[in-house]
Amino acid sequence: MAKHKPLATLVSGALLMAAGGLLSADEFTQEDLKRWEKQFVTVMERGEGLFHGGLASTNTMSCDQCHPNAANTHPETYPKFQQQLGKVATLAEIINWCIENPLRTEPLALDDPRMTALQAYIVYERRGVELAPGKH
Amino acid sequence: MNLKRRNFLKTSGAIMAAGALPISLVEIAFGKTAAEKFTFAFISDSHITHIKGKEFVRNWDQGLIRAIAECNMMSPRPDFVVYGGDIAQLGLPEEIDHGLDLLSDLKGDVHYVMGEHDYYLDLGAHWRKRLGPEHYAFDHKGVHFVVLNSVLTHDDWIQNSWNDKGWEDGMARMKAMARLDNPHGSPFLVGADQREWLRKDLEKVDKGTPVVVLSHSPLQKIYKGWNFWTEDAEELQKLLRPFDKVTVLYGHVHQIQYNQIGNISFHAVMATAWPWPYPSSYAQEASYMPTLTVEMNRADPFFERDATGWQMVDVHTGNVDMHYKLPDNTNRSVAFDEQKGHPADTRYQPEDARIPPQKHY
Repeated sequence: MAKHKPLATLVSGALLMAAGGLLSADEFTQEDLKRWEKQFVTVMERGEGLFHGGLASTNTMSCDQCHPNAANTHPETYPKFQQQLGKVATLAEIINWCIENPLRTEPLALDDPRMTALQAYIVYERRGVELAPGKH
Repeated sequence: MNLKRRNFLKTSGAIMAAGALPISLVEIAFGKTAAEKFTFAFISDSHITHIKGKEFVRNWDQGLIRAIAECNMMSPRPDFVVYGGDIAQLGLPEEIDHGLDLLSDLKGDVHYVMGEHDYYLDLGAHWRKRLGPEHYAFDHKGVHFVVLNSVLTHDDWIQNSWNDKGWEDGMARMKAMARLDNPHGSPFLVGADQREWLRKDLEKVDKGTPVVVLSHSPLQKIYKGWNFWTEDAEELQKLLRPFDKVTVLYGHVHQIQYNQIGNISFHAVMATAWPWPYPSSYAQEASYMPTLTVEMNRADPFFERDATGWQMVDVHTGNVDMHYKLPDNTNRSVAFDEQKGHPADTRYQPEDARIPPQKHY
């Protein structure tokens, strides 16, 4: 959480904190933005490492072997009808499919920090591409 | 379509019934008489991967085993087989030896091409010990074949790594080159020594003789970020320019690509292991995919052999027709269009003939 709030912000934030919040909304500094971005980049880079051999694959395979720069993962199209599964699926479910099948190891919990990191990397490599949910 | 090729398709159709297999078959039928026509098979990019002990990645073993099986069933018999490089994943002697054990089941001679996955652990030492020279030429029934090691790179990167700190060991260097999207990688080179060898070799060849160059890297520049690229491509193309008909067949890219640059036709072969995305599907950088190419179908990862495949290549009158045999997909034919002077897909080349799976994004 933010550590270097101006006094005025802290005072106005006190009312919100009384209602269970920690800080006032929409009052953050350039330093906050930089710090939050750094938080994201740290996780995204962890995802890059996991994607390039950092997962506990039982057969040495890694995600980047089929998806250099996470290409051909189409994160902008999820959720979509995944015809092979016969249902609308999320990106995380397909990541787990790859972890279980080509990589031959245990799937991650959907809120596992490693799953978050993988998604951060995959989506970051796709930045700028228009959202297209459902596109196949 | 000539009679020879029709026979061939019929035969391969029978084989297809037993399961389509990821090898490339090359038919050379340029000769003036039937006796001069011949075929060869082309297998590439098996990426045999050692896990531990006697364990190897099953999927990649299976791709190669099936390719070999189909190759051995072919009728008429191919005159020889070309292996297009990347037997191994990390250049380990265990991987090269296991791959060559499997490949020893092939009937007939095999001509091997060096891939970067075979090279960067020990700079090709084990590969050469097992297979001999990494660049050479041979003639077969009127066609001049040239095999190049096109996966060399700058000496400085090889010796000192990308940050001048040096490599911890050969495996560190191997892994750096094996990572296709490595931002600290180094572009493929044929290099001055080999280019000089090629220049001298080609001096002896009549300019009307069809030349087929077998290379692991594309000998053209498509996307540097993944080494779909050869840094000295222009110099090599210049050496090949005096010949009437030249074809470059290459591996590495694990996908259908074809192109025409002047007198030179380019065709990629499929991998027996797995497909790679087209560079255009990486949204952060520009690439130079030949506009001629109608792309392969997007891979369905739920089918292990999908988007691997094999080609039957027919070099009639010195130009190549490539017939892609694609497991779980409709087969493709990319034939040399005499009028247009370049390869074209016989079915899907017109924009309105293409199908949704061929759209990569």
